[in-house]
This record gives sequence, structure tokens and C-alpha cells, in this order.
Amino acid sequence: MSEHKIDLTINGYRHTAAVEARTSLGEFLREELGYTGTHLACEHGVCGACTVRVDGVAMRSCLMLAVQADGCEITTVEGLAAPDGTLHRVQQALKDNFGLQCGFCTPGVAITLATVLEDNPAATTSDMEAAMSGHVCRCTGYQGIRRAIRQLAGEHA
Amino acid sequence: MKPAPFDYVRPTSVAEACRVLDEAGGGATVIAGGQTLMPLLNLRMSQPFILVDINGIAELKGVSRADGATRVGPATRQADALKDETLAQYLPALVRALAHVGHYQTRNRGTVGGSVALGEPAAEMPATAVALGATIEIASVRGSRSVKAEEFYLGPYMTVLEPDELVTDIVYPDWPDGHVVLFREVAQRPGDFALVGMVGALALEGGTVSRAGIAWFGMGPTPVRARQAESALVGQALTAIDADAVAALAVADTAPFDDHHASAEYRRTVGKRIFARTLREALDIRSAA
Repeated sequence: MSEHKIDLTINGYRHTAAVEARTSLGEFLREELGYTGTHLACEHGVCGACTVRVDGVAMRSCLMLAVQADGCEITTVEGLAAPDGTLHRVQQALKDNFGLQCGFCTPGVAITLATVLEDNPAATTSDMEAAMSGHVCRCTGYQGIRRAIRQLAGEHA
Repeated sequence: MKPAPFDYVRPTSVAEACRVLDEAGGGATVIAGGQTLMPLLNLRMSQPFILVDINGIAELKGVSRADGATRVGPATRQADALKDETLAQYLPALVRALAHVGHYQTRNRGTVGGSVALGEPAAEMPATAVALGATIEIASVRGSRSVKAEEFYLGPYMTVLEPDELVTDIVYPDWPDGHVVLFREVAQRPGDFALVGMVGALALEGGTVSRAGIAWFGMGPTPVRARQAESALVGQALTAIDADAVAALAVADTAPFDDHHASAEYRRTVGKRIFARTLREALDIRSAA
């Protein structure tokens, strides 16, 4: 059982820590650093709640080890809003359209939509909906999330 | 913490990785993207003593051309392969299949080689390698060897890979320009493992099928090559092909199973339908062109 020193940037802040090899990135973020916005649910890559951005790319933090994130730049849901608290436009669109209810899946949904839009500012409704296949939501029936997506696509249509 | 404890090493060359695998004496597991392995670790269905992370090995990443073939480094991310221009030009069937591997978020980390090497019978990548006639190149401290994809798979998650071996390349032979791509799968939701799926390619010469490579996924303990269907197609004029008869032959080569998602009978019935429809659509488009 090996322990590893890692050095990574989370939402612009640098962190150094020692982690046991088997610690997942999601668990490290929550338990070691207190970034509890990242939610862990199924821990086998199906539900999408734990999705974070690693070096600009949306990934499952339950399917990656903390030690593998050494040297990476990570964005969690806590890093989406502006420092003054202004919501990211994805967060605003989800809020405006009842795109969340219990909120458990929302951190992952927000990270995915923000990343799709960052990669392709002209992303269409169907581009964003396709990326949503990687998220499971038990409350909204998805229609609120789809309305939020249509609002986001409409902002640059 | 869900996985059982393990040591973690991140070699930077194939030689170093092989040395670690050799010294572990069978107790090591290779991790590439980890999108299937991490769940297995979390469920403790896999309990290696050492996890060998190949993400730091530059020589295992990327797509290159060599000798009438395209080489895909096993640690190439699925999302990168999906956008690769060489693959789009030479291996459109692989690109079609890649779009169905997992989700946007898992393709960003999952690798082509990880899926090929793991051998999930319902996954797209192993069947695509079998259908297109790929060769899997393998290294260990004992030397290197090549294995044809169709001889690589022994059963669910079981391959001819020895515990000290590492996949170093997947080599897909060229198919002629303008070959026909066959692909269809039925899954409960986009991104799920297929209940039934088929993938393949047909080369045409003057309106006749000159070469065929087709494989099933989710239709047996390994990817299953539709050998009888391939034989029936080769030499046939496009206008003379009876898609339903070929589909029946294709299903005859399968050994589907019952599970809580679908019965074997369902898989055979749906398999025959999708095979016939995919073949018919591909040939209609080609005849009209």
C-alpha cells in the first residue's frame, strides 16, 4: 500500500497532500480537502454526479485516482461561479428553469454543460443533450435540465 | 475507500512497465483509462497488489500510419481517437463504433487499448478489432509477439494476455477506399453496454463484395465473428444479396446468453433484425450512388 505526495491546483488554489494510492480523486476532494460540492454516488461511473474538470476535460472523479491527478488543474462546481458569487451561466440557466430539485446530480451536470460550452461556445441543444447521457437525475424528469439547455443554446443562437 | 489496498507505479517507458509487471509475478494490473477497471477495483472484483499506470508512457499514445495499416497506441484516449483525422480517413468503422463507447465524460479518459485489452464481450472496441482484422502487439521482458484480434479473446474479461504482458499497439489493416461500414447496436440508454450489436466492413469491386469482416458484440462470451455471413457475402453481386438470409447465417454463429437485461432469444431475434437492416441500408445507399 503505497502513499504518494501530490501537488495539484483546484479552482485556482494550489494544494499539496499525501494520499494513499487507492484514494479516488472524488474522495480526496471531499474528504481530504473539503470540496464537498463534488458528489459521490454510484462510484462506478454511471451516475455522473462526481464529474469534475481535469486539465480542461470533464471526467468522472470516482474513476480516477487522486495520485493520477498529480500536477493537474481541477475545476469543481465550487469553481464555476465568479468570486463575487455571480453564478456561472450554466448554473443560472439551471436555476431559471427548475433544472434541479434535490441537487444531488447538479454539480456533475453543471460541470459537464460548462465544459461542453467552453470547448465549443456554439454548442447546440443536441450537442449538450448528447453529453447529458452521462448523468442520471432522479427528480427533474430531465425536462427542466432540457429547458436550461435550450436557454443556453438560445443565448448564442 | 472502496478498493483493497495496492501499490501504485507510473512507469515512463514500455521497458520499465514490463519490468514492473515481471517483478510483480502476476500480482500487478495495468491501468490505462480505468473506466472499467476502477469500478472493478471499487467492487473489489479486482484486487491487484500493484497498479501499473501506463498514462505516463508517451510511446503508447497516438495514431500513426505504417505499411498499409493504421497503428493505434493503446493509451490513446477514446475522445482523441474520435476526433483523429487519420482514423476518420482510414478506419471509419472504428470511429462509428467509438461514438458509442460509454459517455462523453468516460470517453475523455477511457482508452482504445484499455477496452480492447479488457475484453468485455458487450463492448464495441473488441468486436471492432475482430471485425476489421486487427493485430494486437504485446510486449513483456520475454520479448514481443503479435496476436490476431480474433484469437485474443478467450471469454468474458479473459484474453491470451499473460500477467507479465502489456499491449503496445493495435494494428488495423487498411480496407480499400470507399469500403462500406456496417454498424448498429441496441442498448437500453445511449452509452450503456449493448444488449446486441454488430460492426464490420465490406470491400466492393465492380458491384461485387470482395472482402467482408463482421463481428457481433453482446452475442456470446467474446466478440463473435460472423464467419458464415462473411463467406456468403464474398463474391456476391450487391444486387443479389438476400439480407435476411445472410442475417440468419450471421446469427447462427453466435452463442448469446440470458441475463437480467435480455434473454438469449431476444438477442438472437433483435440481432437478426439489426443485421439485415444494417446490411440492406448500407447496400441500398451503395447501389443508389
